[in-house]
This record gives sequence, structure tokens and C-alpha cells, in this order.
Amino acid sequence: MSEISSLFQISLRSLWMHRLRSGLTTLGIVFGVASVIAMLAIGEGASRQAQEQIAHLGSTNIILKTVKPSDIEIADASQQTIQEYGLRYDDAERFRDTIPDAQVVVPVRRRPQQAQYRSRRITAEVVGTVAWYPELVPIEVRIGRFLSSLDMHYNEAVCVIDETVQDTLFQFDDPVGQDVKIAGEYYRVVGIVKDVSAGIGDQEQPSERSSQDSGITGSIYIPLPTMKSRFGEIQIQIGGASGVSGERVELSEITIKVPTMDRVLPTRDVLAALLDQNHKKKDYQIVVPLELLRQAAQTKRIFSIVLGSIAAISLLVGGIGIMNIMLATVSERTREIGIRRALGARKKDIVVQFLSETILLTLIGGLLGMMVGACIPILVTILGRMPTVITAGAMILSFGISAGIGLTFGLYPAYHAANMDPIESLRHE
Amino acid sequence: MVTPGASGGGVRRDTVVRIENLCKSYRIGVLELPVLNGLDITFYKGEYVAIMGPSGSGKSTLLNILGCLDKPSSGRYMLGSQDVSKLNDNELSTIRGKQIGFIFQSFNLIRQLNIIENIEVAMYYQRRPKAESRQRAIQLAERVGLGDRLKHRPFELSGGQQQRVAIARALANDPLIILADEPTGNLDTQSGKEILVMLDELNIQGKTIIVVTHDEYVAERTHRAIHLRDGRIERQICNGKGRE
Ligand SMILES: Nc1ncnc2c1ncn2[C@@H]1O[C@H](COP(=O)(O)OP(=O)(O)O)[C@@H](O)[C@H]1O
Ligand SMILES: [Mg+2]
Repeated sequence: MSEISSLFQISLRSLWMHRLRSGLTTLGIVFGVASVIAMLAIGEGASRQAQEQIAHLGSTNIILKTVKPSDIEIADASQQTIQEYGLRYDDAERFRDTIPDAQVVVPVRRRPQQAQYRSRRITAEVVGTVAWYPELVPIEVRIGRFLSSLDMHYNEAVCVIDETVQDTLFQFDDPVGQDVKIAGEYYRVVGIVKDVSAGIGDQEQPSERSSQDSGITGSIYIPLPTMKSRFGEIQIQIGGASGVSGERVELSEITIKVPTMDRVLPTRDVLAALLDQNHKKKDYQIVVPLELLRQAAQTKRIFSIVLGSIAAISLLVGGIGIMNIMLATVSERTREIGIRRALGARKKDIVVQFLSETILLTLIGGLLGMMVGACIPILVTILGRMPTVITAGAMILSFGISAGIGLTFGLYPAYHAANMDPIESLRHE
Repeated sequence: MVTPGASGGGVRRDTVVRIENLCKSYRIGVLELPVLNGLDITFYKGEYVAIMGPSGSGKSTLLNILGCLDKPSSGRYMLGSQDVSKLNDNELSTIRGKQIGFIFQSFNLIRQLNIIENIEVAMYYQRRPKAESRQRAIQLAERVGLGDRLKHRPFELSGGQQQRVAIARALANDPLIILADEPTGNLDTQSGKEILVMLDELNIQGKTIIVVTHDEYVAERTHRAIHLRDGRIERQICNGKGRE
């Protein structure tokens, strides 16, 4: 053990003597290893994100989302003050009636609203939905209950709040049984649920109501029929180009659950056909969580190809560079090799010496590469809004790659050194 | 151990090195260039021998073979009780490390190592424990008068000092013979003298020394001077000195 450490110490000193040269030589390895780390981190991030989304969205779900069609904004905004688009109640009914595989159909309507309790006000997302919403979305009731069929049937003025709303609006009071004022009317709190992380649907397209941007805190669930009768479908916005504008949107989302995963894609096609028939504009989007897996695999593949090529080329070029510099080192140190041989060094000793120097060089490069490589995914996450995960496995692999490059490209210079004639080496210079 | 006696006298002395009909030739293209032509020499334990001769007469070639850096083309080379003419590269390396101490004209210290480390290198290849080698290296450095320069690097020393480090290094593994190729060739007179005094002392302490030299002054100090010419022994001169 101490032998190896003293060997590395000697190697380190030789490298330090030519630190600029050694540093430049390792650049190829640095970039190569950095690419490997980045590649693995992005790939891992993509597949983990997909897995999380699928766990969250349900692998047997199909999600239809209302999308504001891009053309009406420009063409019709001036003449027509109320824009009508999106998924409708009759869509949901049609699916339930005509698609046998649609086991559960959950319509959802969302809308940011101010909520008030005593003197405290927050803007929360009001979610109008049905009692069987928890069948599709992993929602966990902490206190009380979720909305019931009776609530829906009688258009009850009840609500279920999530913990964020509990914390911000009620703070230390017990919310259950209290009334929350939303848009001028009171709703009784019947239950508290855990926060559902992130918005439902895909994160790739920033939706019109991004919760961070508009300062929305938490969700308040109310029965969909109650919402329909009390809020209507029209939302008026004051301001913007034409002064006053309105939107008429019936549903924000319809989620459909099919019995098995192999029914997902056929059902998606049927849904697409039905929607196409009944919607003049493309004012909806179909999200298939199962497809996210494929997309993730695709992302992973693209990054693997791009970064993998960069990595392979950098490592190859880096390796050749290192071999070149080691050959130069060997020829510079011919005399030293002769001396060592005269003092009893066997060929094997010389091989080990130069090999350890090369491996040390590549390991240093690899370590730097790991540091750079750990920064790239962070940048990708910040700039590209893409999740990345650096695993211990990736680090170990990079370490192995660096050592392997050192071994591969160091072998020839080391053998070259060992096979030099001691007498000629001693005469060198 | 050493049984002194007049050369050719009947008193038996221990043989350290014996070469018999040793030949060495180099192949240059299609030509065979003979350098050593059938040398027979015996070196005795505790002997101090000079090898002399004009440039190109094969002195260094002989010394390299004696030092196991090179192999004879034919003939026998007995080192101690071992026939080394048939050994492979690995075995020769071990012999060089264990049995032979080299002193070169150009010192040949490793420039990135300090004095202690330069002395330790020789022991490193014999796999001696690190602490033991360190201790011995310090002792040896002190013995050659460099106890206060342990951490200095070779280029911080004068030629004479460097050659003293080389002597310490040559002694590190307590070799059977010390081979010196023009050890004073790169030194001024004064430093050269110091080195020669040191070699004398080593010889008095019992070391067998073979030194290649041009210098009569060096040869005078030895027991025997072997003159080579064209790879043959031209003549041998035994000095009274050392014969007591
Ligand atoms: N590797 C070699 N290849 C060819 N010829 C050599 C080689 N080494 C030495 N010689 C030749 O052998 C002869 C003796 O050389 P050397 O032993 O160095 O002489 P010296 O040390 O007595 O001056 C010289 O003529 C030299 O040119
Ligand atoms: Mg010579």
C-alpha cells in the first residue's frame, strides 16, 4: 500500500514538473469525462422525470387539456370580445357513453380565484371536479373527506382545501367546518388533502396559468356542478389590447382511465377522432402519460448520441494526446530510465512507473471532468428546464473510464520506456 | 577474508569475478565488429583494479558486461559463484541491483529527486522496507560527508558532491563489486582527489573496485592496472601498493 502511495507521489512530482503541459494534456479527458457525466445525468433525469410523471398521472390515464387556439387570438380578438373554446361537458358525456374502455371519466375545471377567511385573502386555484377525482389522481385525504356524489347532486356549497391553503389562509385555526368566501359566496370546508405536486399535465409547455407566475397559493376543490351554477363559464379580463375581453371555457381538463395499459393507445385514437369531429378548432391537447416514457427514452437517446459522440471523440483524442505526451516524457527521461535500470529496476518496474504516471494524469483529468461534468447538468436544469440526476454509478463509471484510458494509452509509452537499451539510455544527451 | 599475498604467489585468494574467453562484437549492418577478443581476467576479493587503454579499446564495453548491463557474445562470466552470461533480463536486473555498484563519469543522479531519494532508489528496487532504506540512505549520505545536504537536489551540488552521492548510492545495497567508469573524468583536480581518497578508503574497508581510467595518477593508487588494446590485454602492471 505504501509502495503504491510512494509510487504515485513520485509520479505526481514528475507531473508537477511539467504542470502546464500535464494540464493541457488532460483537457481531452476532462471534456470526455464531463460529457459522460452530463450524458448520464440528463438521461437519468429524463427517465426519472418520466417515471415520476407516470406515477403521478397514472399509466392507464389519458388526459385531455383545453388549449387556447393560437389563431383566434390574432384574427378574432378585435371583433369578438368573448372567445369560446376548449373542452365541453358534452365531450365528457360523449366519452362516457360511446367509449366502453373509458372506465372513469373525470372532468375538471380550474380557475384562479380570491379566497377569504376572516380578514385573510389569498388567490387559490379553484378546482371544480367530481367525487371520483381521487380515482385518477393520487390525492390523499388528511382530515375530513373529499367531495361526495351527494355534494354534486345537491350543488352543495362545500369545499376541500389542500395543506397550502390551510397554512396560508387558516394558519392556526382548524379549517374543517369553517366557511371560506370565494367570489362572494361561502363554502364550507369538509376536508383537507395533501398538496398534489406540480400541475397536472405536462410540464414541457408552460400553461396559461402557471402557478408560480400568477402567485396562486394552493388548491380549493369544489363540486363541479356547484362551480358551473355559481361561476358560469365566462371569465372576463379587464385590460389587454382591446380593453375588456372574455373567455368562455367549460372544462379545463378531462381525464379518462382505461382498464389496462394496452388499451391506452387505441382509446387515445378513438378520443382523437371524436374530438376532431366535434371541435372546429384544435383547442385541446391529448396527453398520454405512457407516451412520456417514450419521449423520455427519446430524449435520453438523443442526448446519449450527442454527448456520447462528444465523449468518445474527446476521450480518444485525449487518450492519443496523453500517449503522445508520455512518449515525449519517456524520451526526455531516457537518461533517468537508464539510471534506474543500472540500479536494478526490472523492465516491469519501469512499465509500472510510467503507467502509474499516465493513470494518475488521466485520473486527475477524470476528477476535473467530474467536477465540470457535475456543473453541466446544473446548467441544463436551469437553462433548459430539464431535470438531471447525477448518480454514484456515473461517478464510478467515469473514474473507471479515466483509469482505463490511462491504462490503454499509457501502455505503449511505458513498454517503449522499459524496452530501451540501458547502455544507450545512459549515454543519452 | 582477504588473504594478501604477492601476485602469482602460492597463497589462495577468493575470486569475485572471473571472465573466461570473453568476446563481444557488435553487428553494424552486415559487418561484425569485434570489440572484445577473448579476455581472461580474474578479479579477487578486496582488489582494486584499473582498466586502462586508448579510446575505443573496449574498456567501457568490458565494464558494461561486468556490470550486467550488457551480455557477452561468447565466453563465460562468473560473478561470485554464479554464471551470469546466461541470465535473462529480469535476473540481470536483480544482479545489478544487489551485487553491483555503479559510479559514472557524469554522476547520473536523477534530477527530480533529492539526495536521500537518489540513494534510496537503489534500495527501492530491492523491495527493502521504506523506513529501513531511509535510515540507511541518511547514514550513507553522512558517511560521504553530505549529512547537511539531505534535501538538496543534484543541481544544487558541485560535481564532487554529486559524485559522492553516487558513491553513497553505489554502496546502498552493499554490492560485491564497485564499477567506476572514469569517476574523476568530469571533476577538477581537488574534487577528483577527494573522490579517489574515498575509493581508497572503501577498498581498505574490503570493497572490490574496478575503475576504468585514462589517468596514470588514478592507476597508481590501484593494485593492478590492466591495459587493453583492440579488445585484448596488452599488459598488466601490478603495483607494490596494496601488496603490502
Ligand atoms: N552499441 C555499439 N554498437 C556498435 N559499436 C559499438 C557500440 N558500443 C561500442 N561500440 C564500439 O566498440 C568500441 C569500444 O568502445 P568502448 O568500449 O566504449 O571503448 P572505450 O570505453 O575504451 O573508449 C568502439 O569502437 C565503439 O565504437
Ligand atoms: Mg569509455
